[in-house]
Amino acid sequence: MLNGVGREVPDNVKAFVKSDDFKKRKRTLIDKKNKQSKTVFFDDLKLLFDELNISSKMTLSFHHHLRNGDKVIELVSEEVQKRNLTDMHFAPSSIFPSYKLLGELIKEGNITDIHTNYLNGEVADLISKGFLKGKLIMNTHGGRARAIESGDLPIDVAFIACPTVDKLGNGHGAIGKSACGTLGYCISDLEYGKKVVLVTDNVIDELKEHQINSEYVDYVLVVDSIGESSGIVSGTTEVTKDPIGLKIAKDCANLLDYLGLIKNDFSMQTGAGKTSLAVVKFVEEIMKKNNIIGSFASGGITKAYVDMLEAGLFKNLYDVQCFDLDAVNSFSKNKNHIAMSASEYGNPFENSPICDKLDFVILGATEIDLDFNVNVTTDSMGNLIGGSGGHADIAYGADVTIIISPLIKSRIPIIKQKVTTVTTPGTDVDILITERGIAINPLRKDLLDKLKNSQFPIYSINDLLDLTHKITGVPKQIIPDEKIIGYVEYRDGTIIDCLRKINYESK
Amino acid sequence: MFRSLLFIPGNNPSMLQNADVFLADAVIIDLEDAISIKEKDNARNLVHNYLTTSSVLPKQIVLRINSIDTVWYKKDLDLLKTNKINYLLIPKADSKTIIEVNEYLDTLFSNNNLDEIKLIALVETARGITEIDKFAENKRLCAILLGAEDLTNDLEIKRSETNQEIFYARSKVIFACATNKLISIDTPFTNINDIVGLEKDSAFSKSLGMKARACIHPNQLEIVNRIYSPSNEDINWALEVFKAHQANPNVGAFQLKGKMIDKPIIERAKKIIEKAKLFNLM
Repeated sequence: MLNGVGREVPDNVKAFVKSDDFKKRKRTLIDKKNKQSKTVFFDDLKLLFDELNISSKMTLSFHHHLRNGDKVIELVSEEVQKRNLTDMHFAPSSIFPSYKLLGELIKEGNITDIHTNYLNGEVADLISKGFLKGKLIMNTHGGRARAIESGDLPIDVAFIACPTVDKLGNGHGAIGKSACGTLGYCISDLEYGKKVVLVTDNVIDELKEHQINSEYVDYVLVVDSIGESSGIVSGTTEVTKDPIGLKIAKDCANLLDYLGLIKNDFSMQTGAGKTSLAVVKFVEEIMKKNNIIGSFASGGITKAYVDMLEAGLFKNLYDVQCFDLDAVNSFSKNKNHIAMSASEYGNPFENSPICDKLDFVILGATEIDLDFNVNVTTDSMGNLIGGSGGHADIAYGADVTIIISPLIKSRIPIIKQKVTTVTTPGTDVDILITERGIAINPLRKDLLDKLKNSQFPIYSINDLLDLTHKITGVPKQIIPDEKIIGYVEYRDGTIIDCLRKINYESK
Repeated sequence: MFRSLLFIPGNNPSMLQNADVFLADAVIIDLEDAISIKEKDNARNLVHNYLTTSSVLPKQIVLRINSIDTVWYKKDLDLLKTNKINYLLIPKADSKTIIEVNEYLDTLFSNNNLDEIKLIALVETARGITEIDKFAENKRLCAILLGAEDLTNDLEIKRSETNQEIFYARSKVIFACATNKLISIDTPFTNINDIVGLEKDSAFSKSLGMKARACIHPNQLEIVNRIYSPSNEDINWALEVFKAHQANPNVGAFQLKGKMIDKPIIERAKKIIEKAKLFNLM
């Protein structure tokens, strides 16, 4: 059947209807954990596996706050491999290139199913080629929290890397040699996982404040190291120097200003890429020039936002994940730098999530189509290269969603008749800003009206596509393989698109 | 008419592909200093393909050819056959250079039935400065660009932040251009990270009489365009003068807000309005 964005999905899945369809349904919550026993400490993973009776077909979850420096998922994978457990279901909130052992386990059939919000590197390549025997489910950050709390994604054991744990089993993310800052992505795992293990390399007597409450923690596993610090806070802090990126960023900031969106008490979120950081810099200049004080910035937090908080340009930062060391330090010392869980960030059923309070968001795209549907999951050949993360959550929540991208990336046009994979529905995407022009979603008549007398280079998205084709020619259409390797699950749990195996013959 | 001209190396496909995107009034495709000897032929081929196949060329294209004492310069001039080049930038310009290029162009145009083209002299030698008044009268010439880096090399002096050392050369370019109704284009500001310095030096250059500036990075264009454009205050003043003149068409001189307005001032106002219209400032 065709779903709400015109994608063919199997009849046996819940098909996406529209982005606010969740409002017709009530929030489903399984019981939160009610642990009576004390937290037990282990220093041997093998013994802990025995204690937990971890066996084939179980679901193990992880968070990705240690990013490309994470050692915990590799540690657990090693034990799964040693025991030759099979048909395992892994649910890491993201998968980074350093998670190499996962690839072997996928090829050998130890891992057959995966839930994640974002993936790239070798694991993404293997799954794209059809090596995962079961299915890959790509969630949004808010959607993963929803799936866990509702029981759609039941977790047998949640392995939560935690930079510091006290002797009672409370945890904190911003203290210790592997400090990563906030721990927003694992809160649902903590509260709803059948068993919860904190994995740490730093045990102290007592935490005065904690992010993880021991009342949910069954076990603590003490190891030598949970992560490589160089890979943990690996977000870029550099503003782009690329003239095209700077032009797009400047146009974006000027457009925001023209639309009156940079005003007192406004709120914003951007990605953490170099062009997004340039937008932040230009917005900051406008704020300073006009004496604007914003309400909050949210998301993965970078130094750029920390500096603005400290300069009094924002009242608060809401942070689900620290991208750099400045953000970690800020979270430790500044009470206005506030941690939020993935659920508080983007769960559609949360009471007033942060994403719904955003005035505008600046996001990227691998592809965008004539209906403004956005793909950040696969490239134009269908290779998995990313995932929604919070993309679909904040695109839905924000009043104005802006996509910034060069019109052509490595000779490939970003505008398509139809995107290869729908990650975020076009009804939630309002503006596309490229170096050669700006397109406004015709659904946003209010924005078109405001801009009709402006000097911005406004085109229809069809005109921008024609212009791109004049430069690049019309790319050959890629016909995907018929085999479905997974699904892109919208934040409400419906299927917005299928992921198909790479079709090499199409190349 | 220009305010800004952006240099783009002729051997860089991605920069060429995006050459039309930036705010430059003209783009200078460089086949000379930016291209190493072993890249000269490749760059020329790339520029040829770009000019003949791209559907999104900049509005005004300037080609900087290699100097006339090289083996590449005549091959570079073959690119004129694409009919996509609006101006030629002649390096190391002096009287002999301008004469020789003109003679070669005469033959090239008549043999190939090509449209005429305007020249921009790049004055970057002591001889070029000394002879500027002679070759500035050349009919194909429409502008003179000062090249301070090579000039100060020739003079064996260092560049400084104050640009004191090029004051004479700047003045020579400005006076030669004003005398012959050419556009004076200032030397690029080479520290691409010093935006404050660029703004200050450009404002000074404009106050001397420079009408435009060459840029070596797209990030310099916004400031250069702003500095070398008439200000809002100038435009408003010019409109008032023009309006008052239209109300008094037969009066040689009249007063506006207590100030005397006569023919030279009316001409200045007209130039400002013309520039403002051209650059979409009103």
